[in-house]
Amino acid sequence: MKTRIHPVLIFITVVTFLFLLGPLVVIIGASLSDTSYLTFPPQGLTLHWYSNIFEISAFTRTMGTSFMLAIGGTTLSMLIGIPAAYALARYRVELPSFLGNIFVLPILIPEIVLGFSLMKSLASGFGVPIIAALLVGHALIVLPYTVRVVGASLNSFDFSIEEAAVSLGCPRYKAFFTVVLPNIRAGIIAGFILAFITSLNDVSISIFLTGPGVSTLPIQLLAHMEQFFDPTIASVSVLLMGVTVAVMAVVERTLGLTFLTK
Amino acid sequence: MTQSLTLSNISAHYGSTQVLEDLSLDIAEGELVSLLGSSGCGKTTTLRLVAGFLEPTAGTIRLGDRDLTRLPAHARDIGLVFQTYALFPHLTVRDNVGFGLKQRGVSSAERTKRVNDMIERVGLGELTDRHPANLSGGQRQRVALARALVIEPPLLMFDEPLSNLDAKLRVEMRVEIRRLQQANGTTALYVTHDQEEAFSISDRVAIMKEGRIMQLDTPEVLYSQPANAFVANFVGFDNMIEMEVVQEAGDAVRVQMAGGHMIDLPKDQFTVPSKKFTLAARPEGLLVASPESKIGIPATLGMRTYLGRAYQYHCETASGTMLANGPLMTPFESGNGALLVPQPEQCCLLPNKA
Repeated sequence: MKTRIHPVLIFITVVTFLFLLGPLVVIIGASLSDTSYLTFPPQGLTLHWYSNIFEISAFTRTMGTSFMLAIGGTTLSMLIGIPAAYALARYRVELPSFLGNIFVLPILIPEIVLGFSLMKSLASGFGVPIIAALLVGHALIVLPYTVRVVGASLNSFDFSIEEAAVSLGCPRYKAFFTVVLPNIRAGIIAGFILAFITSLNDVSISIFLTGPGVSTLPIQLLAHMEQFFDPTIASVSVLLMGVTVAVMAVVERTLGLTFLTK
Repeated sequence: MTQSLTLSNISAHYGSTQVLEDLSLDIAEGELVSLLGSSGCGKTTTLRLVAGFLEPTAGTIRLGDRDLTRLPAHARDIGLVFQTYALFPHLTVRDNVGFGLKQRGVSSAERTKRVNDMIERVGLGELTDRHPANLSGGQRQRVALARALVIEPPLLMFDEPLSNLDAKLRVEMRVEIRRLQQANGTTALYVTHDQEEAFSISDRVAIMKEGRIMQLDTPEVLYSQPANAFVANFVGFDNMIEMEVVQEAGDAVRVQMAGGHMIDLPKDQFTVPSKKFTLAARPEGLLVASPESKIGIPATLGMRTYLGRAYQYHCETASGTMLANGPLMTPFESGNGALLVPQPEQCCLLPNKA
């Protein structure tokens, strides 16, 4: 017997996919256009706009900054997030429940508000250097992801395993590294990647915290677009997309994407 | 190598709730003692205190001549077997078993030898390179056992080790646990809520209730001479009949039961402990007999169930509903009157607290 799929369902599915993927197709097309302005469908085909990315020093420089921030900010958030997630899972009964929600706040507060308040407090208030302020800001916005994703794998972790290690002569702190960490590895990798991508693509926090001489790739993209309207913008976008897809593909291969949807 | 365990006047609290009250317990070298009780009685708390995962608010814990009370858990040198097995999922059977030896800095060559010996002893020879996820429940429990035993601890502790296994495997594994514990002569503390399990493998059993030990003795004594109503009820004395001595009548004692009925208890069969006491009787300790019998508790028979070795009756008496057994040869009809005759070997008389 064949399962019948309702035609309306098919229609909705197709429309949804068009809605999701259509703009991406437009961007990819525009990035290949042999014109000095953005247009779709592309007129002529060239990879010139891709090589052009690397000829504009502002792009290469901010790309470096963005990757550094994504790695640094994510690492910083892991250093805070893993112990926090551990404590929240280990002492679930003893700790008040609102503590867990605090770590979701950076998602709930409008990012633009968060960016503005970080600028006011860190940059203007304490005179923190731009790069340090960016690092703290990025660590903050990705913290919810690291705490939640690492927390999800800790929630299914049987803490008797840690006690077993301790009973066999392994001190508590050492048991965390030899027994707990290896068993939540998947969650840490998944959290790291989610956070990395979020940081790499962030605009709203960075736009407040970037300043003279220091910028990130998405911000540079905005600045570039205000002055020039050439397909480099599209090629940079495709590049960012490509990095994201590549990272996702690695996750899919090693862990399965279900980790992110759990 | 094996050592005795002594808990002296241990109290423990969770926040402001007291979970153990002035608990004392001695386990001799090589002895297996079970803590038996329903959930919340403090048995697991006791084990976790000895393991060092909790700290007592008062009292001391000694293992041999060492004071464990304030010693960190990893320095206590106790083999632990968990209900959930708690194997390390990322390590093979071999590395799971070798974990404790590695922590102790045992050389690689000796470790391999001891681990292999232990894996053989628990019958897991072919599974050394598997991960826990690829083992059955029984196999996991064997790994957990091997992992705890290989460090040759002076004390072994078990926290409901069999409750995740099916009935047949439970019996098999408890025999295995007892065999290994006796072969090593290791002192052991065993926590369970399963009476049959506790009685079958223990030298002595402590029956616990609300953070206190109600009675600590050999299974045989607990079974036949419970010290109080709680223990009596726990070991299957389903009928509790309040009684009061009225007068001595020759070779019998005349007592009045709750509800007013008088009965004569022969002195050569029953030793009355105090003026007021409780007669605790198993269902087989109240024999259903025809109303013409000489002595007994008058009852109206209710529902009859077939137990294979006897019939069991729900009986209405002036002292309340009771469970009594009757012979297979002469079944009684429900609704009829009968006498319930106390059988001394299946009854015990408990003094009532003043």
